[in-house]
Amino acid sequence: MVNGLPGVTALLPALLLAVTGLALLLVDTVRPDARSNTSMAVVGAIGSLAALAASVWLTASGGVSPDGGAVLLFADAVKVDTLSLFFTAIFASVTALVLVAAHDYFHDHDNPAAFYSLVTFAATGMALLAVANSLAVVFVALEMVSLPSYVLVAYLKQNRGSVEAGLKYFLVGALSSAIFLFGISLVYAATGSLILADIASASIDGLAGVLGVGVVMMIGGVAFKTASVPFHFWAPEAYEGAPAPVSAFLSSASKAAGFVVAFRVFTEAFPLEMAASANVDWMLAFAILAAVTMTLGNFAAAVQEEVKRMLAYSSIGHAGYALIGVAALTVDGPANGTVMGAAMAHLLVYGFMNTGAFLFVAMAERWGVGRTFADYAGLWRRAPVASVAMAVFMFSLAGLPPFAGFFSKYFLFQAAIDNGFLWLAGLGAINSVVSLYYYSRVVKALFLDDPASPSALDAIDVRPTALYAAVIFAAVATVLLLPGFGPVIETAEAAASALF
Amino acid sequence: MILEALMAAAFVGALTVFLAPDEWAGRLSFAISLIPFVGSLYLWSGFEAGGNALLGGEIAYATQIEWLEVGGRSVSWFVGLDGISLPLFVLTTFLVPLAIVSAWTPVDSRQSQFYGLMLFMEANLLGVFAALDFFLWFVFWEAVLVPMYFLIGIWGGPRRKYAAIKFFVYTNAASLLMFIGFMSLVFALGDSVSSFALPEIAQAIAAGDLGTWFGIAPDRLALFAFLAMFLGFAVKVPIVPFHTWLPDAHVQAPTPASVLLAGVLLKMGTYALLRFNFTMLPDQASMLAVPIAAIAVISVIYGAMLALAQKDLKRIVAYSSVSSMGYVILGLIVFTEYGVGGATFQMVAHGLISGLMFMAVGVIYNTTHTRMIGDMGGMADRMPVTVGILVAGAFGYMGLPLMAGFAGEFFIFVGSLSAPSLPYAPVFTALAMFGIVIVAGYLLSAMQSTLFGPFELETDYDVGPAPFHDVAPLAVLLVAIIVLGVAPDIFFEMIRDAALPVVEGVTING
Repeated sequence: MVNGLPGVTALLPALLLAVTGLALLLVDTVRPDARSNTSMAVVGAIGSLAALAASVWLTASGGVSPDGGAVLLFADAVKVDTLSLFFTAIFASVTALVLVAAHDYFHDHDNPAAFYSLVTFAATGMALLAVANSLAVVFVALEMVSLPSYVLVAYLKQNRGSVEAGLKYFLVGALSSAIFLFGISLVYAATGSLILADIASASIDGLAGVLGVGVVMMIGGVAFKTASVPFHFWAPEAYEGAPAPVSAFLSSASKAAGFVVAFRVFTEAFPLEMAASANVDWMLAFAILAAVTMTLGNFAAAVQEEVKRMLAYSSIGHAGYALIGVAALTVDGPANGTVMGAAMAHLLVYGFMNTGAFLFVAMAERWGVGRTFADYAGLWRRAPVASVAMAVFMFSLAGLPPFAGFFSKYFLFQAAIDNGFLWLAGLGAINSVVSLYYYSRVVKALFLDDPASPSALDAIDVRPTALYAAVIFAAVATVLLLPGFGPVIETAEAAASALF
Repeated sequence: MILEALMAAAFVGALTVFLAPDEWAGRLSFAISLIPFVGSLYLWSGFEAGGNALLGGEIAYATQIEWLEVGGRSVSWFVGLDGISLPLFVLTTFLVPLAIVSAWTPVDSRQSQFYGLMLFMEANLLGVFAALDFFLWFVFWEAVLVPMYFLIGIWGGPRRKYAAIKFFVYTNAASLLMFIGFMSLVFALGDSVSSFALPEIAQAIAAGDLGTWFGIAPDRLALFAFLAMFLGFAVKVPIVPFHTWLPDAHVQAPTPASVLLAGVLLKMGTYALLRFNFTMLPDQASMLAVPIAAIAVISVIYGAMLALAQKDLKRIVAYSSVSSMGYVILGLIVFTEYGVGGATFQMVAHGLISGLMFMAVGVIYNTTHTRMIGDMGGMADRMPVTVGILVAGAFGYMGLPLMAGFAGEFFIFVGSLSAPSLPYAPVFTALAMFGIVIVAGYLLSAMQSTLFGPFELETDYDVGPAPFHDVAPLAVLLVAIIVLGVAPDIFFEMIRDAALPVVEGVTING
């Protein structure tokens, strides 16, 4: 059945997300007020779950083309393969969780339509980014993700923090977009092509320097989107100021979108052999960025007093881990596909555990219990289920064994070691130990500490059903991905191996 | 599939109890915990396997299903029992119902969460002893920490936060060290192993497949791995000087958690030492025989001396565990049939005896609300049955013949006196034997001042005999201790069967 309409079928996940966005606007036209909140959440959740189902189905049914390979569309500008489907599954899952959670978070807003549709359109941009096979499409898709994101961060118009975070995010984003675009133009100047495969096969006699500068600038663009050093500093502000569901969306889905660019563009446009022969060693650049990013993120997270800000820095740390996927690569390395596949699997697991953690913060914001570790003291007495879920997220983010985060992190490090990057894996392990300290502070506050005052817990007077559902679903996924890690890592490994 | 069924019973039971109302969570969890116990008796009665599971022996009740494969190495759900793990498996299923009953009196808040965590811990403990794949084992090993952390941190004594965090940090740091040590072995084995199955890895190491890794020669790498794993497990056991988390954890933990902590969790450390260090790297072990034996003897003597200096009954029992674990290490390092077998037997015996002691102290505390030696006297007048069992248990600790403790220590001493691979074996043995004298000293003096003589206790509480459900588990434990002391062969035969291949693996130098 895939044979009949390969184009439409292959792009089904992205199309479903786009249609969902339009449907949300339609709902808003029919019922243009706050009453539409529930129907919006339902439509959005169904649409993104359909996109998730479509990408899982396409992956499981043995690839998008009859021979299991990639499908090229629109004069090679779009390429649908397992890699893109894998990432689309991450985007769709996070979108579904965030939209469901938003139902309770924005329960008293006048016009929630803007939020639902912007999230869905950003997700559409991500899905497009995942299939982009031309630098032009990459850039357009990247902007399609970024523009809604700026608005989403500043969504709480009356809140100074939110507006300030939005402005800061916008300024850094505009700068990095410019740098990225300039990098693309230099690459085009050196190779005369925008299609990834053509760039790789172009002759670059005498223009290696131009290409090199272009590649470095493109790394800057990736660093911005993934919140990695040196373009990470917008992240703590934006994640802290933004409404928590938006923080969840940006730190999970948007970050993964940055990684899909890194994974596909760099390996396909600038293959390892070419990088080595033309002296454009982007692997080394990523290795340095990975090392600095994970160390900075983890150590900065360890000194935070506010949970949301700690999570923001922790998400920078996790960007550092995932960067190992493009850093620990060598020409003819025995585990190139494994290391990138492990990074992809980590991003998937991270998508659930990090989204869940931010949504717990969203729940705390909904209750109004405060922002610091101390404000979370003793929450489990009133909200045991949500607190257990948060403990699962924290232990899993730290990489403790009974949870999926352990496997994803371990296999990332193992693959890096197999590829000869013992130092990077070692640094990652040290950072994981540091991270256990600050993640366990949350667990300690929730379960072991006594509330500041007997009335401190009275704020918990509502049970936001949809938020609860999203948090519990994320927790269940985080736990079940441990026994179910096999198909995930095997799909990711196969998808990544196809790039080399 | 019966092992899976028993673990699943505990796990599903835990979820059920979490959702049950507090009023009957205790009874419900007790009933559920009988399922694994009865099942393990069935396993025991049908056990016929011989040899060591890691060294090519027959594995009873084995299941192996591939879980995932990454980078050319597969991880599988691989469980099974041999003569070393079966007794510990039975010990766990036996102690958990008793610990649950002992919680009925002291635990008076959030019962459903408490008993749920107990069953959750049981499921993971069973997994630790049954797992034969490294990853599976490690997942269970770490998963045990989580419920214990909460049991101490939520239901513990006044300094529970400190104790819970110390326990968590110590044991996690140790796990990381051990993990790095073991992984360096796996990486050095390179392509000669295609999975994380412990038997495959153990046999590959024995076949000399360790290669050079990142420029480190196999010998040095094996030594590094041995030390990293030894230090990691030493914290868990614990061995002096890594024991300081233990008294804090024990004193703050609620009684039922203490029972499992001393009875089963400490055995995880010695079991892992036997499985990993002494079975996989016997040459490194015999190379380091003298320092390890010295550490063992120091643990015995120093732990006993620390116990001698304590005023808190629970601290006394806690420190004496350090001392008892020293005997186990001594038994392991001598690499003789009776040494290794006796050490394994002692794990079970100590699990029962220390469980009994912690429970008895807990029962006294339930009525008196103090554990300080100076605060009470003549308890035998008011609580004759409890005190009687406590005295009997203490004699078991001292190694009274016909009780389990005697059999364990006797086997260890027999084994260590004739150790071919350990220089000065008789000296070490004699020093360790001296530890028993100290044990007798502190136990007798503590009992003298608290249990006998005229009754004295300043309290508003009505001090009388303990309720039946407090005393019953004590009596059951005492019976088990005596049975195991009279007929050690019910376990020792299978233990010896599984220990012999370990002993044969060592090359005797000098």
